[in-house]
Order: sequence, then C-alpha cells, then structure tokens
Amino acid sequence: MNFYGGTIHNGFNDSRNSFGGFRGVDDYNFQPDIDRGFITRAHTPLTTVTSVLALSYEGGVVMAADLVGSYGSLMRFKNCPRIMRVNANVVIGASGDYADFQYLQQIIKQKIIEEECLDDGISIKPRALFCWLTRVLYQRRSKFDPLWNTFVIAGLQDGQPYISCVDKLGTGYEDKQVATGFGSHLATPLFREAVENKPLPSKEEAIAVVKKSLEILFYRDARSFDKYLLATVDSNGAVIEEPQLIKPDWSLAALTECP
Amino acid sequence: MAMMDVQSGDSFESFTGLDANDWLNASVRTGTTLMAAEYDGGVVIAADSRTTMGSYVANRVTNKLYKITNNIYSCRSGSAADTQAISDIVSYHLGFHSIEMGEMPLVETAANIFREIIYNYRESLMAGIIVAGWDNRKGGQVYMVPLGGMIMRQKVAIGGSGSTYIYGYIDQEYKEGMTKEECINFCKRGIELAITRDGSSGGVARIGIINKDSLNEKMERRTFTGDLHPRFYEG
Amino acid sequence: MSSIGTGYDLSASQFSPDGRVFQVEYAQKAVENSGTVVGLRGTDGVVLAVEKLITSKLYEPGTNTRIFNVDTHIGMAVSGLISDARQLVENAKTEASNYRSQYGNNIPLKYLNDRVSMYMHAYTLYSAIRPYGCSVLVSSWDEVDGPSLYMMDPSGVSYGYYGCAVGKAKQAAKTEIEKLKLHDMKIEDLVKEAAKIIYLVHDELKDKQFELELSWIGKNTNGLHQRVPLKVFQDAEKYAKAAMEEDSDSNSEDM
Repeated sequence: MNFYGGTIHNGFNDSRNSFGGFRGVDDYNFQPDIDRGFITRAHTPLTTVTSVLALSYEGGVVMAADLVGSYGSLMRFKNCPRIMRVNANVVIGASGDYADFQYLQQIIKQKIIEEECLDDGISIKPRALFCWLTRVLYQRRSKFDPLWNTFVIAGLQDGQPYISCVDKLGTGYEDKQVATGFGSHLATPLFREAVENKPLPSKEEAIAVVKKSLEILFYRDARSFDKYLLATVDSNGAVIEEPQLIKPDWSLAALTECP
Repeated sequence: MAMMDVQSGDSFESFTGLDANDWLNASVRTGTTLMAAEYDGGVVIAADSRTTMGSYVANRVTNKLYKITNNIYSCRSGSAADTQAISDIVSYHLGFHSIEMGEMPLVETAANIFREIIYNYRESLMAGIIVAGWDNRKGGQVYMVPLGGMIMRQKVAIGGSGSTYIYGYIDQEYKEGMTKEECINFCKRGIELAITRDGSSGGVARIGIINKDSLNEKMERRTFTGDLHPRFYEG
Repeated sequence: MSSIGTGYDLSASQFSPDGRVFQVEYAQKAVENSGTVVGLRGTDGVVLAVEKLITSKLYEPGTNTRIFNVDTHIGMAVSGLISDARQLVENAKTEASNYRSQYGNNIPLKYLNDRVSMYMHAYTLYSAIRPYGCSVLVSSWDEVDGPSLYMMDPSGVSYGYYGCAVGKAKQAAKTEIEKLKLHDMKIEDLVKEAAKIIYLVHDELKDKQFELELSWIGKNTNGLHQRVPLKVFQDAEKYAKAAMEEDSDSNSEDM
C-alpha cells in the first residue's frame, strides 16, 4: 500500500518520521486508522515546503528558505515563496503544508492592513507576533485540527536581533538561531559552529553561513531546491531579496572511483 | 467515501488492473489528464475525455472542461461528484456575484472561491482543479488548486493522473508568449502523450480557447479525435 | 423644514403626510453644521480635503481626524457627527476585509459604496434607531478603472462624482469646484486646488480655528490611499494662502 498516498492517518504520531520534518504524501507508510476501527480528523500535509533557516547577526537577522513545493516526491511547484515581510521589523518563514501557510498568511496580511490603516505609526513586533502564533497554533491543535506548519519569526525586537519558532502544536521558543525540518539536523550544527567564538557574527558572516547551510541542505535533503529567497532585517528595514541560486560543488564526483 | 488514493484506483488489484470486476463497486472518477497554458492574449485549456469506474470506461467522450462563467472554466480531476458539485457551487456564487458587481467576475476571484471550498473541506473532498480564464484586469490566467487547498497562479499547469507522465514534456516545451496556434498544438500534444501512457486517460483531446473574444459568445472549442492521434515509439 | 413639531418627526419609520422622513432630514442638518469636506477627481487620482473645525484651543492638534483608510486602496473622508462616522468607517473596513478573505483581491470601490450606503439606508427604516448623522466620501484608484469618487448621505443615497463637497460651506465649495477643469487635471494640482477651496470657504468669523486635512490616492501613490506628504501639504497650504491674499487684495481694491 505504498503507491501514491494513504490519505487518512493519526496526525500526532510523529515518531515514524525521525527527521521531524514534513515529508509529503508518499513518505508516510502506515495503516489508515479506519482499519483500526476509529476515525481521526487530522490531515496529512499535501503540498509541502521544507526547511527554514534563520540566524541573528550584529544588528539584525537573516532568514532563508527555498522555493519548491513538493507533492510527495514530485517537485510540483517551483515558485512557492514562503518568507513573508510583515513590516519593517519582522519577517516570518514557514515550513510544512503550503495550503495551511497560505491560510495563515492571509490572516496575517489582513492584520497588517488593519494596522497600516490606523496610521498611528505602531506596528507589531516580532515577539508579539510569535506569542499570537503560539496561541493560534495551540488552539488549532486543541481542536484536533492542527495547522501543519513550523513558523520562524525573525526581526528586531526593540532594536535587538530576535528569532523564534512555533511548531504545529503551538510549542514555541526563542533562540539566536533556528532551523526547521531537515535544517534542524544539518544547519543548526553549522550555525552553532559559527557562533561558538563570536555570539553575534557580522552580517556578511551570517549570510555566508546561511548560504553554506542551504548548499548542504540541497545536497542532502531530497525535498530541497537550488532556488531560494533570502531576507534580512536590520536598520535598513526588512528586505526580501530576489530569488537566488545555490552554486553547487560537484567536484567530489571526479574523486569517486567508478569501476 | 470516494477517497482512498490520491490518483490511482481503489485497491492494489485495481491499480495493477488484475481485478476486472473492480468497477462493480468503484466510484466514478475522472482519472484524467488536464492542461492549461497562458499564451499571448489568452489561455488554452485541454483535457482527455475518459471517465472510469475502476478499470471500466464509464464515459469515453466526457467533457472535462466545465463552464463556470462565460470567461472562466474549470478543468476537473478527482471525484467526478465532488468536482462537479464544487464547480456548480462556484458557478452559482459567481453568477450572483457578477450581477451584484455589475461586471464579469475575475479569474482570481473564481480561483479563490474554489480554494476556499477545497481548503475548508480538504478532509472530505477529492478535488484537484485548474481554474483558467480571461478578464480585463490580468488577461489570460491559470490557477492551480490542488488537493490540499492551496492556490498558485502558473503560466502553465497540468493535473490529473496522466499529468505525471508529461512533466518533462511541459518543462521542456512550454514557452512564454506563444501564439494561439502554438499553444493549442502544445496542449494537444501534451494530452496525446499522456493518453498513450496513462490508462486512466483516453479518448479524444478536447481543447478550449479563452480570450477577450470569449466574453459574449461561446468558448472556442476544438476536438482532436482519437483515431487521428499520432503514434509515438512503441518498441 | 417648516413643519417641525407636527408629530411626524419622532421616528424614522414614519412618513409625514407630504411624504417626507423628517429624521433623515434632521440627520442631513447635522451634516450641514459640520466642517466642509471636498473631494476632487482628476485624470490620475482623487484628492480628499477636510476643514476640521477646532472648537477649543485646549485640544491637541492632530486628533479626531476626519480622513480614514478603509483599506490600503480606499480612503474615506467624513462630515457630520464624528462618532457616527467612525462606526461607518468600521463597517467599511469589515466589508473590505470580508471581501478580501472571500475573493482574494481588493474590494472594488463601486461595490463598497453599494454596501455601505445600503447599511446607512437600513438605519432610516426603523423606529428604534436613528439615521447616521454624517455624509462620507470614498476614493480609490486602480490601473484599469482609473480614479473613482463616491459620496453617500444619511438617507443612504450615493452618487459617483468628478468633484463634490459637503458640510457647512458646500454651496460655496461647489461653486469653486465647478470652475475647475477636473477632467484634465493632475493630482498634484488637485491637492492645491482642494486646499485652496477649503481655505476659501472657511468662515473665519463663525469658526475661529480649523485644521486642514489632505489625502490622495492615484497613480503616483501606486493605488495606495495616504495623507499627502508634509512637503506637498505645505506647498498646497502656501498656494491656498497666497490665493487668499490675492483674493482679499482684489476685494479691497474694489472697495
């Protein structure tokens, strides 16, 4: 029963997926709960997006995420932007189910519009958005209908670099660097190495580490893509750059002896 | 419930075609190939014409290009019942909406109503829909609304079980700014290629062209019958 | 308004024998006591201008503004009871928000105008409630439809306009607007003219102080409704004041 997709399953048992990421439809291989005599409502992510990386630097933060929307192992959508500019101080990035992300993006967009309409110069800060997200996601998991995403919130909180993360259960934490999904295995070690001797790297150093991590993820995450968005938030405001390409290094291939 | 597998039959037997009697209790589904592509001035939509119940062809001349309004069509894949019901709801909704607004509905609006329904009822619906049309704001547009209820505007979109066989074809052959005839040929060939590899797609290639001329009259349609399909390498 | 006190003016749900709804007319009176609001629509955008009357020197400047953003692409200027007006702004915001969440794109101004005026009209039908004591102007611009401007009044009636005025000096303002060649004016000129009209029609003897409010939306603002930038505001004010000087000079010469 592992041809294209079982659709019904228990949403909370994540242990089958040791990477804790969002593998799409065909990566799950288990009995539908209906066979076990009960029905669950929690859904399977269908179009999925992979890791989000975020790292703080002296005076700001950088965030990056690739642009592919996977449908199982099919790279179905090659332009799925998932870093959203909230205001001059905040960006958020999402991994997981793309439809759920779009749903929440709509809600956040409306929040921003309402804020801008008031025209009082007050705009939401990253920690407030983080707190709000934990409530929304926790409320949905409590209805047994979670939004299947991990969100990363990055920006400036009262001038200081700020990064936090909320998962589909509403669990959240703040840290100097965050990587979701596959990135939590492959990118966080690189991030930690980078900040080992220098808690806040320079902007250039931080961007270099993030780009290197994207490259590593491109080699090792089968749901990743070489086209990505990179955003920075600092005194210049929140800027999402035009899509960029990873420059992979395949010189290793020549070293492999092929009989 | 007409939803077990995303795109194939209902069981291993039906998937492999071992059970010739699977249709006795199979639901009607549009195992399908769909295409929609923007060209310079409008959109071309295309589909095969096979409807199956398991491995039985319930209808060999189906029309899968479903009219929503004069300027908007949906290409349906998944459960025939679900997609038809959704399309009818959207059609009704937009009919009312366009009277209220006093103008033709936007393709984007139509696509968003589809998205809303498919997203909110994602647990119970089996519907993957391509919404295509023309309006005076953004011209020819194609929106993909797949199973999970996301929405994505694309220059070219394919859907249905047969689409998996032609990703390579569209990646290689689609060009922006094609002429109408080039785009028609591009879509026609896509459907034909899928029909030759996908057992759930078959029959004729139906094609529709939507542009600024489609607003008041019937959509221009072309049908390429099965006996005239080209033959590809069969070795 | 001669038949006040004949008993037919106590409820909005009752006609007078000669076919009038007095409560609605009284609501319109409330608007006529308010500061003047002007809307001008040119080739590439719409300008809204408000004469915000200051009834006490003790008030902080910049409060109780009368120009609002309903959505990023829609502006609203109000005349009449400010608290009533704010409720209408809230209603319009909700309409715009619902439209976006349902259809995934911006609400067209024509439709918003229909909805809000329908809402205002509903308040002229029942005995338990009173009509809105305000008139509102709404403005928008987009690439396909170009600029649009509507005005709604307490009865729930609304029209689309090239230029309109409401409030205390609406007659004088309308006379001034009619002198303009709106159909070939650019938004930059509209701002100045709108400021000039507000200054011109302001009655210094009756209302001592006022604050000018100016907003625009058009091609130049990328279809976003915003208060005009400080520089533009100052230029417009300077232009208005200069025009006033000229006006009073020529007046004194006449004498």
